[in-house]
Amino acid sequence: MEKDLSILIGGKAGQGSRKAGLIIAKIFNELGYHVFIYDEYQSLIRGGHSFSKIRVSKEKIASHNNQIDFLLALDKNTIEEHKNELNNKGKVLYNCDSFVCNLKGSIGLKATTIVSSCNGIDIMENIALIASFSKTLGIAWNILEKILKKELAKKLDLNLKIAKKAFNSEKKLLNIENLNKKPAKLLTGNEALSLGALKAGLDLYLAYPMTPATGVLHFLAEKKDDFDIKVAQLENEIGVINAAIGAAYAGAKTMIGTSGGGFALMSEGFSVAVQNETPLVLVESQRMSPGSGVPTYNGQGDLSFALNVGHGDIEKFVAAPGDANGACFWAGKLLNLSWKYQTPSILLIDKEVSESTFSFDKDILKKIKQEKPKLWNKGKDYLRYKDTKTGISPMAFPGQDLVVKSNTYEHDEYGLTVEDPDQVKKMQEKRLRKFKEMKKEVDNLKAVEVYGNKNAKKAIIAWGSTKGPARDAAKKLNLKMIFPVLLQPFPEKQIKKALKGVEKLVLVETNGLAQLGQLLARYGIKPDKTILKYDARVFGCDELKEKLSNF
Amino acid sequence: MANNNINLNTKAKNTWCPGCSNFAILNSFKKAVKELIKTGFAKKNFVLISGIGCSSKIIDYIDLNSLSCLHGRPVVSATGVKLANPDLKPIVFAGDGGTYNEGVSHLIHAAKRNSDITVLIHDNRNFALTTSQFTATSPKGFKGGSSPKGSIEAPFDPLELMLASNGSFIARSYAFKMDHLKEIIKKAIKHKGFSFVEILQPCISFYNNTKDYNKRIYEIEDSNLDSKEKALEKINEWDYNDEKSKIPIGIFYNKKRKSFEGQV
Repeated sequence: MEKDLSILIGGKAGQGSRKAGLIIAKIFNELGYHVFIYDEYQSLIRGGHSFSKIRVSKEKIASHNNQIDFLLALDKNTIEEHKNELNNKGKVLYNCDSFVCNLKGSIGLKATTIVSSCNGIDIMENIALIASFSKTLGIAWNILEKILKKELAKKLDLNLKIAKKAFNSEKKLLNIENLNKKPAKLLTGNEALSLGALKAGLDLYLAYPMTPATGVLHFLAEKKDDFDIKVAQLENEIGVINAAIGAAYAGAKTMIGTSGGGFALMSEGFSVAVQNETPLVLVESQRMSPGSGVPTYNGQGDLSFALNVGHGDIEKFVAAPGDANGACFWAGKLLNLSWKYQTPSILLIDKEVSESTFSFDKDILKKIKQEKPKLWNKGKDYLRYKDTKTGISPMAFPGQDLVVKSNTYEHDEYGLTVEDPDQVKKMQEKRLRKFKEMKKEVDNLKAVEVYGNKNAKKAIIAWGSTKGPARDAAKKLNLKMIFPVLLQPFPEKQIKKALKGVEKLVLVETNGLAQLGQLLARYGIKPDKTILKYDARVFGCDELKEKLSNF
Repeated sequence: MANNNINLNTKAKNTWCPGCSNFAILNSFKKAVKELIKTGFAKKNFVLISGIGCSSKIIDYIDLNSLSCLHGRPVVSATGVKLANPDLKPIVFAGDGGTYNEGVSHLIHAAKRNSDITVLIHDNRNFALTTSQFTATSPKGFKGGSSPKGSIEAPFDPLELMLASNGSFIARSYAFKMDHLKEIIKKAIKHKGFSFVEILQPCISFYNNTKDYNKRIYEIEDSNLDSKEKALEKINEWDYNDEKSKIPIGIFYNKKRKSFEGQV
């Protein structure tokens, strides 16, 4: 097998293509390959067209390729939609009971016949297709059986019967090598960030459903008893952030999640949390905007909004990891930083990070600790907003035999409302000093990551989910890839260090205004070339490589 | 713990209008809390949560834990407080404008989910701090800055809304019946689950109906408190737009059920 293989499985919503894609990925994972699943689906419940693209590689990857080696079609439309993506050796596997495919290299499987001969139901055609595909690749039955047993909770025996029949009906065409490496954990970004926050001591997660952040709510609602945390869905996003402020004031490490529209509703509450100094982590998983945009597809259009959100003088932490590993680490890190500085922070991801499936590196979790915030321990004369050198006032919580007054009006050290200029200025300056401390914190963080050929004179700069295709393309083209993961406070020193020796810089983003470019311009950094994509799709690694070939 | 010298005063300068009915609410509340503390409630567990408006200034004048929130949002923030620590007693102070206009969704959902919080509404029937505009409980024809010829909207009845939302404790009192108010507040705080107290209060600057209220308001006895039908009957005796009928105050509905936070 070549280093890299891309498989696309598609069908109508309700035909189980996503589950089938995950099973295929798990088979390769079992054989020791790195995997990445890119999912596309429409904003509908049944019908339409959805697909999963599984890329497997002997090397670390975090992007998909536009060109595919195998097309697994549960319906005819999948072939029409994707036949042009097949490379010249590409093969099609399809259900020949339900439609005809005359493409070169196509293999028909009597999926409906097999399923009905076993008294199965329609959706089980996906299992038949996976089984016949496995045989074609030369994957051993015991591997397939092991994965199916793990993945199929319902009607396992029936599914295995169907799989066996489909498996035996096919010929072996390839011989996929077993790398005999320990399989990794496969996680979506939403799952990984949940684990990161849990590791850092999350107590409570609040949300209102919104794609593509909903996965966090589902994952944590399912796992809440295992981790002994609370999870609740509230009436709207405004309710979510205001309840979170109440909970964090009362001592609960709280995270909330939404997408661009819900984030807009939360922006007033965000400003409150800055003013009354309440720690919380807000997960903003972007989708294609403005407005309702293209709700189940990708975009990186909310960077400027995240950097500037909230009325008043505000500094916050904004981190934009590009994959599941990063999402895990930064969710934990931001929870700690929020509590250290008693301020809200934003984990800015997007559909690609949230919902794609990645090979997860478990060691990331070891890097996340539950850091201790600065707590009050000196008796009853407590000042919630004690004026300190660093601007950070020790925390105490209601229920502790002292009075804790949190105030979103401007306040004195005790927490009572003030309007006179001296006291207003004093409290503003306390927070401004805290903002300075937050800026200093950047030096303690790996805020900029560098990949590819670190000595190359040509470099790509990208943020968020564009990290995957940019890093993978940089590797192939022998370029340097610069990835600023912390975007506020801006890691100016680290970026400038990474840019040392770079003579030509190309900026890659999936939005129309080059929002990272606008941020870089504030620090005098001007890319020589900008590649933007704003069709609600992410860059394929091969697509980006092609676009960079003349650079 | 018994303590005869519980001091709940702060050093904050009071900025309500002289003679404001909020002073009466403040005094009734302080008395209620002191009595509750004497009968075993822990002072450290009270958390006062306010929004924006004249009513919400109250938290600066009481030396208990407090959280000032956004206009219209203290009800849901109170749910957050209770979720974080079940020992705490969140008590919301908010006005008719914030609660029935800006943040009415939170009130409805808190009642529906039976969030274990107490909500005290200072209903002066107008937005006062913004120099008087109509709210959801202003009578039709209310003249304010935004409705110089009189508001064209009829009010809704917040008690009826709370009953429809399945609130488990629904009461009304009157700022100037201070003992009545104190007792109702105590019962509301003792109630396990969502307790809602509508406090009628004249706004001496913009809607001074003290004489009218004094004439029409009367106390009802506790009876059939677990019957929604009876509650609705009592609630409907006055519809917030009627200028003549008697205005009943007291507990209209009280039926225990499992609280939200106990089940999350």
